[in-house]
Amino acid sequence: MSAPERFLKRLNARRGEDPSWVAARRQAGAARFEALGFPTRRDEEWKYTDVRRIAEGDFALATDAEFDATRFDAQRLDIDAYRLVLVDGRFNPGLSELDGLPAGVSIEPLSQAIEANHEAVGGALGRLAGVDFSPFTALNTAFADEGAIVRLAAGTVVDKPIYLLMLSRANDQPVMSHPRVLVEAGARCEATIIEHYVGEPEAANFTNVVSEILLDRGAMIDHYKLQEASLADLHVASIHIEQGRDSRFNSFNLNLGGALVRNDLVTELNAEGAETHYNGLFFVQGRQHVDNHTLVNHNAPRTFSNENYKGILDDRAHGVFNGKVMVKRDSQQIEAYQNNANLLLSDRAEIDTKPELVIYADDVKCSHGATTGQLDENAVYALRTRGIDEPMARALLTLAFAGEVMEQVRLSAVAERVERAVAGRLPERFNLSDLVETAEAVQEA
Amino acid sequence: MASEEMEQLVRREYKQGFVTDIESDTVPPGLDESVIAFISQKKDEPQWMLEWRLEAYRQWLKMTPPSWAHLEYPEIDYQAISYFSAPKKPEDRPQSLDEVDPKLLETYEKLGIPLHERAALAGVAVDAVFDSVSVTTTFKEKLAEAGVIFCSISEAIREYPELVRQYLGTVVPQADNFFAALNSAVFTDGSFVYVPEGVTCPMELSTYFRINAANTGQFERTLIICDKKAQVSYLEGCTAPMRDENQLHAAVVELVALEDAYIKYSTVQNWYPGDEDGKGGIYNFVTKRGDCRGDRSRISWTQVETGSAITWKYPSCMLRGKESIGEFYSVAVTNGRQQADTGTKMVHIGENTRSTIVAKGIAAGHSDQAYRGLVKIGPRAKGARNYTQCDSLLIGDKCGAHTFPYQEIGNSSATVEHEATTSKIADDQLFYCRARGIDEEDAVSMIVNGFCKDVFQELPMEFAVEAEALLNVTLEGSVG
Amino acid sequence: MLEVKDLHVTVEDKAILKGLDLTVNAGEVHAIMGPNGAGKSTLSAVIAGKEGYEVTQGTILFEGQDVLEMEIEERARAGLLLGFQYPIEIPGVKNIYLLKAALNAQREARGEGEIPAPEFMKLVREKSAQMQMDPSFLQRAVNEGFSGGEKKRNEILQMLVLEPKLAMLDEIDSGLDIDAMKIVAQGVNSLRSAGRAILLVTHYQRLLNHIEPDRVHVLVDGRIVKSGDKELALELEARGYEWVLEESVA
Repeated sequence: MSAPERFLKRLNARRGEDPSWVAARRQAGAARFEALGFPTRRDEEWKYTDVRRIAEGDFALATDAEFDATRFDAQRLDIDAYRLVLVDGRFNPGLSELDGLPAGVSIEPLSQAIEANHEAVGGALGRLAGVDFSPFTALNTAFADEGAIVRLAAGTVVDKPIYLLMLSRANDQPVMSHPRVLVEAGARCEATIIEHYVGEPEAANFTNVVSEILLDRGAMIDHYKLQEASLADLHVASIHIEQGRDSRFNSFNLNLGGALVRNDLVTELNAEGAETHYNGLFFVQGRQHVDNHTLVNHNAPRTFSNENYKGILDDRAHGVFNGKVMVKRDSQQIEAYQNNANLLLSDRAEIDTKPELVIYADDVKCSHGATTGQLDENAVYALRTRGIDEPMARALLTLAFAGEVMEQVRLSAVAERVERAVAGRLPERFNLSDLVETAEAVQEA
Repeated sequence: MASEEMEQLVRREYKQGFVTDIESDTVPPGLDESVIAFISQKKDEPQWMLEWRLEAYRQWLKMTPPSWAHLEYPEIDYQAISYFSAPKKPEDRPQSLDEVDPKLLETYEKLGIPLHERAALAGVAVDAVFDSVSVTTTFKEKLAEAGVIFCSISEAIREYPELVRQYLGTVVPQADNFFAALNSAVFTDGSFVYVPEGVTCPMELSTYFRINAANTGQFERTLIICDKKAQVSYLEGCTAPMRDENQLHAAVVELVALEDAYIKYSTVQNWYPGDEDGKGGIYNFVTKRGDCRGDRSRISWTQVETGSAITWKYPSCMLRGKESIGEFYSVAVTNGRQQADTGTKMVHIGENTRSTIVAKGIAAGHSDQAYRGLVKIGPRAKGARNYTQCDSLLIGDKCGAHTFPYQEIGNSSATVEHEATTSKIADDQLFYCRARGIDEEDAVSMIVNGFCKDVFQELPMEFAVEAEALLNVTLEGSVG
Repeated sequence: MLEVKDLHVTVEDKAILKGLDLTVNAGEVHAIMGPNGAGKSTLSAVIAGKEGYEVTQGTILFEGQDVLEMEIEERARAGLLLGFQYPIEIPGVKNIYLLKAALNAQREARGEGEIPAPEFMKLVREKSAQMQMDPSFLQRAVNEGFSGGEKKRNEILQMLVLEPKLAMLDEIDSGLDIDAMKIVAQGVNSLRSAGRAILLVTHYQRLLNHIEPDRVHVLVDGRIVKSGDKELALELEARGYEWVLEESVA
């Protein structure tokens, strides 16, 4: 049995009945996935990432959404938010907090939307992330039966973050989940969306998520992807964004966990004045592998993109960055900036980076830079002349390296969580939170 | 600037387009083992050489042309190409410049290279390749005094078989890629240079390649070996006459630098780019690679590419020796319907190896160009450093400029920096120049030359002047 | 406090210091003057432990301890602090982080506990006000985007917070306008105390109008060829360095 067949046989065993439009999509996704098969390193898009660990795996589908309540609080972000919780891809209403949604805000699990045979969902879902984008989106299309459908009416300013929490459990039989997220942000609305992937440390599951985010004219969305999966989890995600006139999208793609991680972030800037900011940070150790592929399509004149991705790699970890900026013909007066910096802390870590520019218009300001190196020895020296010992100097500079991305993070609960993880490697007596507090206190004074 | 002015300026004529009327001894189109045997026999080659060619041919049959480049061209019919073309009367080939067919000299004249004058005045030995066969080699005696061997590759195969056998194909193996395999099977000429230990070559060596006969591909093979502590600077200039059909050029250049050796290889390429509708022009699929085999060796590639309809070219450095240095300085200018996918590979294998890449791309008209580069730092390349600067300038809104830099870094003590920009000529720069009384075309040329300065200054003096002139011809009027 | 004896230092096989002797006692301010390339900056860099300098002969003792055997940070914790001529920019590391981490490292070395946050805040606010630095500077990355004068003031601010026993200031006056020079000088003067020594390395006498030295040494070609009181500095200003050299050769 081929790998695609092995995956798809789980589809046939699925329970439940779908409305006809859903069934047709599943069929199309399955057919496409079967035709494509899993990507290999001969595919340019997968040149540095070997997905055999996924292809050779045998993953069941979770049948329930139970989660140990005593472990839940440690997993979730301590944040006041509208919360939707999936456990191994199944909706858990008990852990979710979706009461008291303000007018103009709708958050519902995909299963309910399918059940209600919601026409609006059928229209937008899959428009940006079709079955041709990658074998994984095809696979997701075949399986997706749970996720989050977020709809924001025009002019809505959402008072609290919308928090999508995806938990992964330690199961006897590893499971796969194919969540689907759809955000439709009406004109001029403002919201913060968090996708948080976390789980039990012993979890060894495969998550294959597809998110589609549509921003109408003037909408402003902050999108956080915080990936703290267990060190044995396999994680593939693609996030597709479409932006209307004068809209603004801020992406924070923060990756700390996972054994094998692949993120695709694709933005279509379709109308004048649309603006996107990509902020990325990954910190990998052991034998973790993280691959970030980003693409910004400047399809309209006077659009702006700015990207800053940073990677810190230790031990035998492997990082990949592929950032592409495309400027279509006649998309004049474009500004596109891209920066990728990597810090190698170990001799056996590896980074493969490829910042690409594909440009067909002349009135553009585009630049990219990529640097890989070590900590600045002069800076280490300068700190030591102030009495700070070498390990601490290195820790402080490592933190500073991550800091450039973290400074942009406006949600302190997220920033603290990431800084704590980064600071985890600092010497114990180096009291990071105390420093941060002191800095804040001085600022306030 | 008004767009029609721009159009006018873009519509420049190819100044090197003329056909020399010399009867050629050409084999009919097509390729099989008998054609290869014919080429080998024509060149009086030893048996091992024929076998080497056939081995390459057999591998080539199993290969397919690369498809990853950012290029579009119709499939090439390799059976429609004639693989050998030599000036008639090979037995009474001229022994010195005086005996050279005046028409040939006239050709060089038209190219702006008065061969004997230039050779005498500039002290440059020119190994002129005219449709695949080396016609004359100058200054051989002076070079011989220094112990430098500079001759055609065919002559080297006959006269210095040990050296050729020792090094040929060791940098670019026969089956390295589709075009290199084809070249290995059918190459007809090219240059051979050997600089012995401790010798600094007393003059700059220069070869002018030119494709003349219709439907003949040109497949030169160049092999340069710099022994320990030796140095050489090699210049390559290329032109071709105007033709309606596309002509294939698939050269292979191999450089070997042993301990403390330094090879500087400069190219000015202005092969016929095709007319403004994209008809005709050279398909330039070239494999150039240098092997810094010895410690502290250094290989420097400098190229100014203004010609060819299609360019597929990545001069590379394998940095094996400790503290060896690889350099790549490139200016690529495309106009009309030209397409170029060019760049370099720097493969850091040895400790403390260093590389520098400076690539400047200028795209005008409907042309499309891509920089493609690879910087690879192997696990043992402790302390390796790379700096890459890669800038594109777009002139007009119908062209494209793309950057695909690959970095594969497997050593934490490596430092790799890449910077790239894409922009147009700034209006305020143009305004500033014009406010000083400089007309727009001159201003553009000035700004573009300034943009390319980092690369031009790496060229040997005579070439730098030529390169600037060529740049101005290519860009004539493409202001936007 | 500081005792340098017969110090020979080479940089990339080139001899820079060729038998330098210098003794600095607590409570004193010493100025090292000399022409460019005499080895002035080398001396302070070697004392602070910068890499790339090879001590081929001689000793440096600080309060009886062998400085050359100490790590860079140990020297700083022992109270030896160098103010750089060209302070480095450290993107992302806030000034306040640096100050607190450095201060706590020193306190820990002295067996004291960490400084309580309110006390620390009071201290840095007071000292930055003294250096006429806006508190917002504390939130910015170390020296990043600072003007030349701001960088030098920041160096002195670190001295004021860290309170070294021996403050070495390398060309602290270079690139300063007169107002900034006054601010820097008052900062340095406020450091003067019976238990502390200051070593000024400078090319020009003008700094010494603002910070009056107890001793002035002339460093020429790797050795101290003449020492005197502050009058010597004035004489150097008036007559240049040539005569000292001639005198020393004679």
